[in-house]
Amino acid sequence: MSEGEIRFSKEHEWLALKGGGIATMGISDFAQRQLGDIVSVDLPKVSSAYNRMQPLAIVDSVKSSSDIYSAVSGEVVEINEELIEHPEFINQSPYELGWIVKIKLSNMKEFEQLMSKKEYDVFIGELEKGEQESAGMRPDWRK
Amino acid sequence: MINFHGWNMPLQYSGIIEEHVNTRHNVSLFDVSHMGRFEVQGDDASDLLQMLLTNDVSKLDNNQAMYSPLCNCDGGIVDDVIIYRINNEKFLLVVNASNRTKDFLWVSSHSKSSIIKDISDTTALVALQGPRAIDVLESALPLLKLASLKPFSFIRVNILDFGQEGLDKIETEKWRKETQGKQEDEKSELVISRTGYTGEDGFELFFDSSRIDIWEKLMQIGTAFNIKPAGLGARDTLRLEAGFMLYGSDMDETTTPMEVPLKWTVKLEKPAFIGKQALMTRPITRKLLGFEVSERRIARHGNTILIDGQPSGYVTSGNYSPTLKKSIGFCLVTPKVSPGQVIEIDIGGKKYKATISSSTRFYKRK
Repeated sequence: MSEGEIRFSKEHEWLALKGGGIATMGISDFAQRQLGDIVSVDLPKVSSAYNRMQPLAIVDSVKSSSDIYSAVSGEVVEINEELIEHPEFINQSPYELGWIVKIKLSNMKEFEQLMSKKEYDVFIGELEKGEQESAGMRPDWRK
Repeated sequence: MINFHGWNMPLQYSGIIEEHVNTRHNVSLFDVSHMGRFEVQGDDASDLLQMLLTNDVSKLDNNQAMYSPLCNCDGGIVDDVIIYRINNEKFLLVVNASNRTKDFLWVSSHSKSSIIKDISDTTALVALQGPRAIDVLESALPLLKLASLKPFSFIRVNILDFGQEGLDKIETEKWRKETQGKQEDEKSELVISRTGYTGEDGFELFFDSSRIDIWEKLMQIGTAFNIKPAGLGARDTLRLEAGFMLYGSDMDETTTPMEVPLKWTVKLEKPAFIGKQALMTRPITRKLLGFEVSERRIARHGNTILIDGQPSGYVTSGNYSPTLKKSIGFCLVTPKVSPGQVIEIDIGGKKYKATISSSTRFYKRK
């Protein structure tokens, strides 16, 4: 496991491992595109603990409100307070300015089980294919 | 793309906020062909509509339109519609997509001799909305003097004139004479009304569904005025800011026009209409009001309203207002609540403070 390695969950979170067993977490570019314009982020409290797949933050977009699940178990050590004033950072820069929390992992195995960039690209490729197929059946006159 | 009552429609093209802002500053084109459209024709068409609608249809002249609820015997809102008077024997009724079948049966079942024809599938409806809408349409139809077309008025022109030089308005009577007995010519009619659902100046265009080139032509002509296509997402945020309610979210058959801010559309001085008795006597147990959330969280349909910690109503619509840059919405609450009052909204188990606004109109164009 090398520092800076980025992994993805099926729920479209990304995690980048930093030193000391701490990972930065955010949502993927695919996820931000699906959500559309993000207008508010409800962040967790620092030093609160989460199990894998527990809702940790809420992102409101003009389209919908979505829970962001913790892709791993651990303790929140830092939150991106910039997002309170600039929730649009998640749309504009999902992997940098738009990071959401930093988590101290309690189980490294959970991180290792996440998808690599390559695996995730295949995963979303399948999702996009399905989406295009369903969009192909347009009954209206605009086709 | 989303499925909206059986129609596959774009929720957004470039992005909801971008489309919203462009509608407020420039002009947007919306495909709203999902809306139901009925022709009501017959000697008693006017009487039929006067009986079905709470608003006063007798106030309409030819080529004028009017907004009105359609109520049941209990005063509950069956739908909210726009009625267009072509002449005293012929009207066009535009209804919500979600209520198309229900409304068709409702209107047909009350008709004595008028014929109700559902023309939704054979015609298209597009909305050109925004301060530059007039510029786009005047470029497309330069001889029509569209600037003098009043809000809630409409004209009928020959579609062949669209985008052509040297066209002229065809007067209604002349048009009728010319097209009498010519079935295919019905396809040449273009109805332009100064109506919309965005709170901006704008027009809605009705035409035969074979003439989809109108969309392309408007987009071409509109390039000079920064026209962009807009989807259902922006349509929803625009109507919310402008204080327009959405059937199914803000009102349904359990709400009356007296509870939601539609008292102005109920003409109790009319001799008789369906729901009149109930609307005169039914006690008002709740009302629809606007609110602003103090934090940025978005309140959504169904969220509970708390007053002094007690559940006192619910959110009917809520979203982000790109113009005010605030979280806004409508709620149905006990009538004791007044503007300026601080309430709480339960969003996903957490309580957020909100203030009741002075009106449901958050945005008024200058």
